[in-house]
Amino acid sequence: MRTAGDLVMRLQMTRGMRLREAKAYVADKLGVPVRDLSDGVVMQDVRSEFGIGRLTELENECVGEATAMEAKFNIAELLDVPINCVERFRDRVRSLRNDGAGGSS
Amino acid sequence: MGTKLMTRMGDGTAVEMTRDELRTDIEDGVAAAVKRAKVPPLDDGEIGHLLEIFASQERMTGVPAGDEVVHSCDGSNGLRASRIDSLTGSEEGGSDLCELQQQDYSYKAVKTVVASEQRLMQEAQYRLTIPVQYGAQADLGRYSKPDGPCPNWSQLLPEGRIDEARAAQEEAAAESEEDMVRIGEAMWEAGTDGMNFDTSGAAGDADFLAVLKAVRRLRDACPDMSIELGMASEFVLGMHGELEWEGVRLAGLWPVDQLRLARQAGATIFGPAVNINTGRTVAWNVARALAIIKPCMDVAEIPVHPNAGMGVCGVPMHPFPPIDAVSRVSRAFIEILRVDGL
Repeated sequence: MRTAGDLVMRLQMTRGMRLREAKAYVADKLGVPVRDLSDGVVMQDVRSEFGIGRLTELENECVGEATAMEAKFNIAELLDVPINCVERFRDRVRSLRNDGAGGSS
Repeated sequence: MGTKLMTRMGDGTAVEMTRDELRTDIEDGVAAAVKRAKVPPLDDGEIGHLLEIFASQERMTGVPAGDEVVHSCDGSNGLRASRIDSLTGSEEGGSDLCELQQQDYSYKAVKTVVASEQRLMQEAQYRLTIPVQYGAQADLGRYSKPDGPCPNWSQLLPEGRIDEARAAQEEAAAESEEDMVRIGEAMWEAGTDGMNFDTSGAAGDADFLAVLKAVRRLRDACPDMSIELGMASEFVLGMHGELEWEGVRLAGLWPVDQLRLARQAGATIFGPAVNINTGRTVAWNVARALAIIKPCMDVAEIPVHPNAGMGVCGVPMHPFPPIDAVSRVSRAFIEILRVDGL
């Protein structure tokens, strides 16, 4: 998450992609050269721009940053990969809505 | 006599060798792999490349920017912090993947606490952005008496009761397969990104068969699940001797054949492992490991992440392996084998 390794890893995990292919795929989706995927300075800005989570040092840096679940919703959409907990979260919220539970009165 | 270069033994201790001695050691390691695993040798260019990596006297070495690989792991939890805190520590430390584990690291032990493990997984998924997988070992020996329900094949075999020992292993493998499938499905329900079947085959061919069967069933039940299958040692021990997977005898399989079966079963990532000889240098051990694993890279259709942890694939057998050795092992695997991760 300091760079883009978690994104490359997700391509390996969900699609069984080999490294070179996975790096090229992620770089294309982020609009950066492959070399930038491991550049922590570049990726700090890119991750913030796409809302896919980034490490923050100070609490006041965190305001407005994507939380883990928000970041994973964005990663799933950006990379077009299934993320199990995201799909379960979405189904769970939908189910609560359909049941009429958890809504405001 | 040439200049003495600092290098490491397989137990981590520092030793001095000349460049010629290092080259001889590397060539000996390759020859040992060829003789033992019946694999082709590394070529002259690869041996020369490995020599340059080990003859370099920098404290650390690395690959050029852009050639980095992803880092997977088996177990991200320590004893000094809560397990969720340990996982977030891994994320902040730069891991590309982390793994929730129970301290016993055995699926048999996890079975009895799976509900609380599910809750932890759900919490971990809410807290972390990097992928979180669940991992443990088949650990087939735990299913034998006195720890488990099956007759103890390690006692039966020395008594010459071969048929009973084989039947006991088959019974244990069936139990283990069921446990791994049930836990895998439970963790999937809790939101895991994947399952890691670590040290597969540690108790021999029945252990490996149980994992292959569990992987196949989980792949069918959960098509999007990441499944990592990690090896136990450099070949499958024939504790049973007659077990097969789709017509392939499991006893004696080396990494490339294990990779083929892992892929057939439905694994997404394969983790080959080669034992370390602590009485030989790290250079000798890496040369041997590279030659044994190299055939995997020629046929791999899924990512290959060699197990480059303590005491495996050339990393010294020490609780805190020296960074000079670890960085040389990592660079050798990335540049010479073009692995997909470590």
